[in-house]
Amino acid sequence: MINEKMLITKNTCIAPKIYELTVQGDLVDLIREPGQFVHIKVSDGTLPLLRRPISIASINRNTKELTLIYRVDGVGTKTLSLRSQGDRLEILGPLGHGFPLDVINQGETAVLVGGGIGVPPLYELSKSLSKKGIKVIHVLGFRTLEDTFYQKQFEELGKTVIVTDDGSSKFKGTVIDALQLLNLNYQVMYACGPTPMLAALENGYSDKPLYLSLEERMGCAVGACMACVCHTVDEDDEKGYRKVCSDGPVFKSGEVKLSC
Amino acid sequence: MLNVKLPGLDMKNPVMPASGCFSFGKEYGDFFDLNLLGAIAIKSATKEARFGNPTPRVAETTAGMLNAIGLQNPGVEHILDHELKDLEGIDTPILANIAGKQVDDYVYTAEKMSQSPRVNALELNISCPNVKEGGITFGTVPEIAAHLTEKVKAVSDVPVYVKLSPNVSDIVGMAKAVEEAGADGLSMINTLMGMRINLKTQKPILANKAGGLSGPAIKPVAIRMIYEVSQNVNIPIIGMGGIQDADDVIEFFLAGASAVAVGTANFVDPFCCPNIIKELPEKLKQMNVDHIDELRGRSWGRC
Ligand SMILES: Cc1cc2nc3c(=O)[nH]c(=O)nc-3n(C[C@H](O)[C@H](O)[C@H](O)COP(=O)(O)OP(=O)(O)OC[C@H]3O[C@@H](n4cnc5c(N)ncnc54)[C@H](O)[C@@H]3O)c2cc1C
Ligand SMILES: Cc1cc2nc3c(=O)[nH]c(=O)nc-3n(C[C@H](O)[C@H](O)[C@H](O)COP(=O)(O)O)c2cc1C
Repeated sequence: MINEKMLITKNTCIAPKIYELTVQGDLVDLIREPGQFVHIKVSDGTLPLLRRPISIASINRNTKELTLIYRVDGVGTKTLSLRSQGDRLEILGPLGHGFPLDVINQGETAVLVGGGIGVPPLYELSKSLSKKGIKVIHVLGFRTLEDTFYQKQFEELGKTVIVTDDGSSKFKGTVIDALQLLNLNYQVMYACGPTPMLAALENGYSDKPLYLSLEERMGCAVGACMACVCHTVDEDDEKGYRKVCSDGPVFKSGEVKLSC
Repeated sequence: MLNVKLPGLDMKNPVMPASGCFSFGKEYGDFFDLNLLGAIAIKSATKEARFGNPTPRVAETTAGMLNAIGLQNPGVEHILDHELKDLEGIDTPILANIAGKQVDDYVYTAEKMSQSPRVNALELNISCPNVKEGGITFGTVPEIAAHLTEKVKAVSDVPVYVKLSPNVSDIVGMAKAVEEAGADGLSMINTLMGMRINLKTQKPILANKAGGLSGPAIKPVAIRMIYEVSQNVNIPIIGMGGIQDADDVIEFFLAGASAVAVGTANFVDPFCCPNIIKELPEKLKQMNVDHIDELRGRSWGRC
């Protein structure tokens, strides 16, 4: 984990309000697993004051680049979208524990379920799994077809089902509806997206290993300020809580309570 | 040029991380050598383990943040047996912050904590805005604060600092009351009560609704309070509230602080404390000052 002024090599809009940001630096060498995130100081001053947590969407160790995909929402991500190629961006990372790769073997099948801005970290995960000889199936939900991003990139790695709320893609509904219809044969499921989506997966798909990436408002993002904690499901757990930033953001289904 | 000596705290430099913003040091120990720090104020300890408030616990504000952590900590016994043991390898003085719901809780925690060889002084948090019982009431009524200070002083083996709340109308009266009750020093300020409302949900952002405001936005409030209090008490003040760089530290000294604590800025830059310590000598040289202590209270003409 380091704090580095990384060089912006790309920061472009790839879908309405969705940006793809690529930065270059030594931090890339330290990334251990897909699903880890970085904490970004989007401006040099106090507006905004706090950093913003964004998942690592893909890495290129040869060029020492990492790519982030973010949605412009409030002041922080808006400011980030205005930073240009050639600028330096102060980034702390890599942070947290990501998706485990050693829970699945070569030749087996993984299902990757993403919702909206939860889709990005699944891309590096899918690349890593594919490299290990694991078959990947992607079920990705967006509001409309226009909001979709990275469809081609995912399709290159494995079967990709795009689900939209309004039915502008082939599948209308939620990723949960799609999973029910598809009735996939798989060994491990990985997911990232809005909490209601994660809760529905936990309800219906906990019979096999299921790993969920959580989101919570953070202060320090290194485990010191206790802002992003959630309760453990196990009431006898010694600590009774986990920190999303440093124990997570990825947890095995059943480890923490999602209502947090 | 930077070393300062306060009751119980023999500091190489006047900069310490503030309570609750540095946990028990371990996390930031991954970034830099904790021996660089003047002291460490550890997270508030309570008699029993506390889980704290529901999330969201933090919300950003203009040049600041609100927090309603709710004093999450593993309890004094666990802290003595584990968190403080982990700090045995470093020689930086420890200011152990303690909190409670009632006088007995404080007394219990203070007695235990002060007996640890690793604890050099106590900091009484009588000003946490984020707990329903106790907490703030101790910090807003001078007689109650004085009574608590006396009780804790009676059982503590180490000097006691009282951390004052800015959520009062007469800060000088409060400071004098705890000084008379035997406080060895003051910490000020804790956070200011505040709230933010989410425009989409039209509800407060924090699950606790209200929270404590910290960060650069509160610095002028801290400076004003330290300026007034330092002229009216004879005990040292650890100043805090919005410190981000060496200039801020100098401003706190000019207002009357004898040391400083850095809270929110650690979240913005994990290297904030060591960076400030590194920058200070040059700043002092530019000001033609041989020792930082010479600046203390200069704004009201102490020197
Ligand atoms: C581990 C993790 C990974 C993430 N990965 C991505 C990603 O890959 N792409 C992406 O677009 N978004 C991601 N997010 C969400 C992203 O952090 C927020 O969208 C962003 O912080 C919003 O900032 P803002 O200034 O635009 O919004 P504002 O509403 O102005 O932010 C105000 C404050 O609230 C916090 N905040 C607001 N929304 C969220 C949220 N959903 N989660 C956490 N904090 C929030 C901000 O960090 C900031 O402190 C991730 C969040 C976490 C915790
Ligand atoms: C997330 C967070 C947690 C805090 N926890 C505590 C605490 O446990 N005990 C305490 O006395 N003060 C606590 N504080 C208050 C700080 O120690 C400090 O007084 C205040 O934040 C002002 O300093 P700053 O502006 O540099 O942050 C906390 C502040 C923050 C932001």
